Amino acid sequence: MRALKTVLLSAAVALGLAGAAHASEGVHIPTQDWPHSGIFGTIDQASAQRGFQVYKEVCAACHSMKLVPIRTLSGIGYNEEQLKAIAAGYEVQAGPNDAGEMFMRPAIPADRFPSPFANDQAARASNNGALPPDLSLMAKARKGGEDYLYAFLTGFREPPDGVTVMDGMYYNEYFPGHQVGMPNILNPDGVTFADGTKATVEQQAHDVATFLTFVAEPHMDARKQMGVKVILFLIVLAGLMYATKRQLWSSVKH
Amino acid sequence: MAQAHTPKFSNPVVTWIDSRLPIFTMLNHEYNEYPMPKNVNYLWAFGAMAGMMLVIMIATGLFLAMQYTANTHMAFESVERIMRDVNFGWLLRYVHANGASMFFIVVFIHLFRGLYYGSYKAPREILWILGVVILLLMMATAFMGYVLPWGQMSFWGATVITNLFSAFPIVGDPIVTWLWGGFSVDNPTLNRFFALHFLLPFVIFAVVILHVAALHISGSNNPLGIDAKGPQDTVPFNPYVTVKDGFAIVVFLILYAAFVFFAPNYLGHPDNYIPANPLVTPAHIVPEWYFLPFYAILRAIPDKLGGVLAMFGAIAVLFVLPWLDTSRVRSCKFRPIYRQFFWVLVLCVLVLGYAGAQPAEGAWLLIARIGTFYYFFHFLVLLPVLGKMERPLPLPVSISEPVLKGGGRVAAGAHAKPMEKA
Repeated sequence: MRALKTVLLSAAVALGLAGAAHASEGVHIPTQDWPHSGIFGTIDQASAQRGFQVYKEVCAACHSMKLVPIRTLSGIGYNEEQLKAIAAGYEVQAGPNDAGEMFMRPAIPADRFPSPFANDQAARASNNGALPPDLSLMAKARKGGEDYLYAFLTGFREPPDGVTVMDGMYYNEYFPGHQVGMPNILNPDGVTFADGTKATVEQQAHDVATFLTFVAEPHMDARKQMGVKVILFLIVLAGLMYATKRQLWSSVKH
Repeated sequence: MAQAHTPKFSNPVVTWIDSRLPIFTMLNHEYNEYPMPKNVNYLWAFGAMAGMMLVIMIATGLFLAMQYTANTHMAFESVERIMRDVNFGWLLRYVHANGASMFFIVVFIHLFRGLYYGSYKAPREILWILGVVILLLMMATAFMGYVLPWGQMSFWGATVITNLFSAFPIVGDPIVTWLWGGFSVDNPTLNRFFALHFLLPFVIFAVVILHVAALHISGSNNPLGIDAKGPQDTVPFNPYVTVKDGFAIVVFLILYAAFVFFAPNYLGHPDNYIPANPLVTPAHIVPEWYFLPFYAILRAIPDKLGGVLAMFGAIAVLFVLPWLDTSRVRSCKFRPIYRQFFWVLVLCVLVLGYAGAQPAEGAWLLIARIGTFYYFFHFLVLLPVLGKMERPLPLPVSISEPVLKGGGRVAAGAHAKPMEKA
C-alpha cells in the first residue's frame, strides 16, 4: 500500500504541475454557479434557449458562428419542426444553378449558421477595424470559459479616473488590456423572452454564456453521463482486480 | 536459434505452427514463464501502463487520422467536425489528447523509478538507453501531434520550437527552412508533421520491442537492486504480475477517465481553440506541460545557442547516465546519502516545470537558473563523486532472505551479512 500511495502522490504532483501551466497574471474572473458545472451538471435547456434568442437578436448582428450547424440546437430541446422553422428564418447562398448563377435559398437544419459578413475584411470595415470573433468555440477559447463570458458581458464600465479610452473603444473591466472594440450591447429588456423571464443584463449574459457553452461542446452532457458510468465500472473492476491479486499473492511469501 | 526445438503444446495446430515458427514458445517464455522478482512494488506496473498507453494512442490516432485533413485551410475545421459530427469523435479526440499527457505521466514515473532503484546500471545499460530513445521519440511525436489541430498554440509552438534550430551557426537557417519546407510554418510543415506524427508511433513500437527484448535478457530489477538468485526469488509473470499490473492499470484508467470525461481541456490551452493566425502572436506561448522543465532550462540560459544545447543536453545526459553513476549499488534503499539527492532532483524537476510556465523574468528566471544548475550538477558532478565517497548500507544476501526470516524491509540489514558492493 505504501508503494501505491507513492504512485498516487506522484500522479497528483504531476497533475498539480500541469495546473501551473494555467496559472498566470491578469484580472481575477469571478466564478458563477452554473447548472452545467460539476460531474453531474447538465446544460439548463431553458436558459440555453433564451441564450439562443439573445445570440440571434443581439450577437449575430456582428458575430459569426460558422462551425455550428443549425441542427445542433436539437441538443437544447428544439424538436424537428422547431428546427426547420428556425432554419427557415435564415437565408444561405447555394448554387451554381443550371444558368451558372449563385442564388439564395432558405436554410435547412443541416446548414450552418450563416455569417453576418461575407469575409473578415468586410467585418472589419463595418466595425471600426475590429474583427468580431467567431462564437462557435468562444466558451473554450478564453481562459475562464463561461465565467469569463459572463464577466465580460457584464463588465462594461465608465473608465476609471486617469484612463483614457481610444476613439471607438470601450472600457471593460475583464477584457485583457481593458479596451475593447465591442460596445456594451446588452440592455435591460433589450430582448423579450418568450418564457416571461425578466431580461436583466445579468440574466441575458448568463443565458448567452450558457448557450455558448453548449455550442462550443454540444456533446458535453453525453460525455459526463458516459463518464459516470465508465468510472463506476472501473471502480468495481478495480475492486475485483484487487481481490484477485490479494488471493493470488497470499500464497507468495514476499 | 537453429537448435532442435521441442514444442510442448497439446493443441496439434499450435504444435505444427510452433515447430516451424516458435512464436508460441516465445510468447510462453516471455510473458507466461518469465520470472519476475517477487518483491517488485507497484512502481513496476508503469512499464505495462506505458505499453497500454502506446496501444491506446495508436488505436485512437488511427481513427482520428481517417477523419482529419492535413491542410492549413481545413485542419482546424476538420478537428471540429470530429468533435461535433463524427460518431463519438469527441471521445476519440479527448482520449487521444489526454492520452498524450497520461503517457508522459506514466513514462516520467517509470523513468524516475529507474533512477531511484538504479535500473540503468550494468547489465541494463542498453535497456536504459533504448528507454531514453523512446522518450525522445515520444517528445517529437507529441510535439508534432499538438501542431495538427492548427490552433494558435499549434502554430506558434511549432514556430518557436522549429526556430530553435536557427541557433546553430551557419547551418541553422538552412535547417529551419528545410524543416518548414518553405520560409515559414505553413502547409508543407503541417503536411510533413502529419506524416511523421503517423509514422513515429510505429517507430516507438519497434523500439519498445527492443526495450522489452533487452529487459528479458537481464531480467527485471527490483526494489532491493540485487539479482534474483533462483526460483525462490521469483514468480512467473503470468498470472502473478499480469493480475498485479492489471489492478494498477485499472486504477490508472480511473484517473485517465476522470480527465477525459470531466476535465478534457484542463491540460490543454484555451488559445488552441482559436484558429492559427500568423499575424497575431499569443501573449504567452506556453508548451504542453510535459515540456515545461525543458522549456525552463532553454530559457534559463541567456544565450540562444547555449539554451538550445542545454535543453538537448538535459536529455543527452540521460544517455550516459550508466557511466556517470560510479556506485555499483543499484537501489537507493542502500544509498543513504544519494537517496536524499534523488528527492532533491525530483523537486528540482518539478520546480523547473513550474518555472517553465511562468514568464521568464524576475524571481522565476533566477529559480529556473538555480534549477538548471542543480539538474546538471546532479548528473555530472554528484553522481560520479558520490559513488566513490558514499558508504552504502549492507545489502541483503538474496531477495528471499530478508522476507523469509520474517523481517520487513528495514530488517534487511540486520539479517544480512555485511557485503562488499554488488
